[in-house]
Amino acid sequence: MDRRLFDRAGHAIGLVVILAFTLFPFFWMVSSSFKAQTDILASPPVWLFEPTFRHYAEVWADRTVVHAITNSLIVALSVTAIAIALGAPAAYALARFEFKAKRELWFWFITNRMISPIVLALPVFMLARQLQILDTQLVLILIYLTFTLPIVVWICTDQFRSIPSELEQVARLDGASQFTIFRRIYVPLGLPGIAVSGIFSFIFSWNELLYALVLTRRDAITGPVVATSFMAGYELPWGKIMATGTLIVLPVVVFALLVSRHMIRGLTMGATK
Amino acid sequence: MARARLDPGYRRWTPAAFLAPAVIALLAVGIWPLLFALYTSFHRFNITRPRDGMPFIGFDNYVRVFNDPTFWDSLLLTGRFFLTVMPFQLALGLAIALLLHKPGLGLMRSLCRVTLVIPLATTYAVVGLVGRLVFNRDFGVANQIIGWFGFGPLDWLGTTAGAFAAIAIMDIWQWTPFCALLFLAGLSMVPQEIEEAAKLETSSTWAMLRHIQLPYLLPGLTAMLILRTADTIKLFDMVFVMTRGGPGAATDLISIYIQRVGFRVFDLGYASAQAILLFIITIVLSRLYIRYVYQEIR
Repeated sequence: MDRRLFDRAGHAIGLVVILAFTLFPFFWMVSSSFKAQTDILASPPVWLFEPTFRHYAEVWADRTVVHAITNSLIVALSVTAIAIALGAPAAYALARFEFKAKRELWFWFITNRMISPIVLALPVFMLARQLQILDTQLVLILIYLTFTLPIVVWICTDQFRSIPSELEQVARLDGASQFTIFRRIYVPLGLPGIAVSGIFSFIFSWNELLYALVLTRRDAITGPVVATSFMAGYELPWGKIMATGTLIVLPVVVFALLVSRHMIRGLTMGATK
Repeated sequence: MARARLDPGYRRWTPAAFLAPAVIALLAVGIWPLLFALYTSFHRFNITRPRDGMPFIGFDNYVRVFNDPTFWDSLLLTGRFFLTVMPFQLALGLAIALLLHKPGLGLMRSLCRVTLVIPLATTYAVVGLVGRLVFNRDFGVANQIIGWFGFGPLDWLGTTAGAFAAIAIMDIWQWTPFCALLFLAGLSMVPQEIEEAAKLETSSTWAMLRHIQLPYLLPGLTAMLILRTADTIKLFDMVFVMTRGGPGAATDLISIYIQRVGFRVFDLGYASAQAILLFIITIVLSRLYIRYVYQEIR
């Protein structure tokens, strides 16, 4: 009996340590965003303090931050919509049809998951300069498709496979066209998977820094870029930086919690179920 | 599956119609730039010197890469970074997975499991910002915490070893949950009966792990090693925000270095050659991934 109690206590302590480990940086960011500058600069750091909302007011009053976060939102939502519109039909083809280059196609999708953004950032910068679309939301939307499309295709393929193919055969006997079958059967029944893939595509686009850093300057800057740009000068506005960071991270954390069960599938392109 | 082969029930070009939009889009945004990079890599091209034009110079850029110690140093550093963080991520990840797999304390376990996705979703650039604050020499909480254990304050971001350790710690924080969740997925694949039976035989966690659970963990492990390699090569945001590759070349990982050559020096022909070499590494990794991990499409 004693041993079991001991065992249980150890287990509980272990779990508490895990919680502390995963939440600490997050906690430190959020708590710092409520600290007055003097509390942030206190040495040793203070854990208990009088909270202030000043930094959030500052962020709200800063046009560039609001502008950047609006940009992030527009870009991430557009990318997600386009990725789903293009990716879902492709996923249907991969889930239900047999064709020759299927393996090569998968290989290509996986490669896009692995490719370092710097590899594409250089040529895209040069091309965008020629096309004069540098510093626009458009160039970000286009380049973000390179990593959102593969995710959407993969997750939707998996989802569409789980839809019984008898439904499709019945519809075909009724004379439904292939596209009608897709729209009337696969889209509504596959909606949960489509939603999850959309959330992933939003998270990845929202979090992206490298492309946004090199392809935008002023008009189309995104949240991560503007947060990074505060890191200059002698005395850094830590409270404001952490408040901006919190505002950027909060929506994606909420989304991630929503899809937490699918997180690994999203990150591995489905190596595990 | 045999059904489709016997009577497809659709016309031959139907799959192409459904695939075309996605494939064309990816060709335009993924392959076209790559071809352009390949083209640029055979030319001298520096934006800051437009008068020079864009002369063809054959393999000169590639020869330069092979003779450029900085390139190899940063590739080596990237490898060293991977070898530093990976053991921690695997060991901690496995420990977390085992604790979460152990029966009992259901509510707390689900809470832990859910919070594990928070580091994974946190904007990488913001992780870097938090790192800057946490590892500040004067008022960073990292120095306070090591102080509790009797260690003196360190100038984390100002020294070679300190900066490397700081970015490693942030990376370990962010990606350990990835390993933990993959291991956990593996553990939950072990058939319940086998695990129950084994528990009657032995009470040793180690024996359980080695003889019963290990085979189920291996596919996940392969996935982790390949994907984490790719992610370390990709690693940019967090390090760029925390150290910009410094001090000196202490954290000058490969993506940071190529970014500097391309966008600070604007030596685009040369940077393109480096990018192409990096891309070749990516292809190899993808092949490995398909071969050893991906059983989905055959």
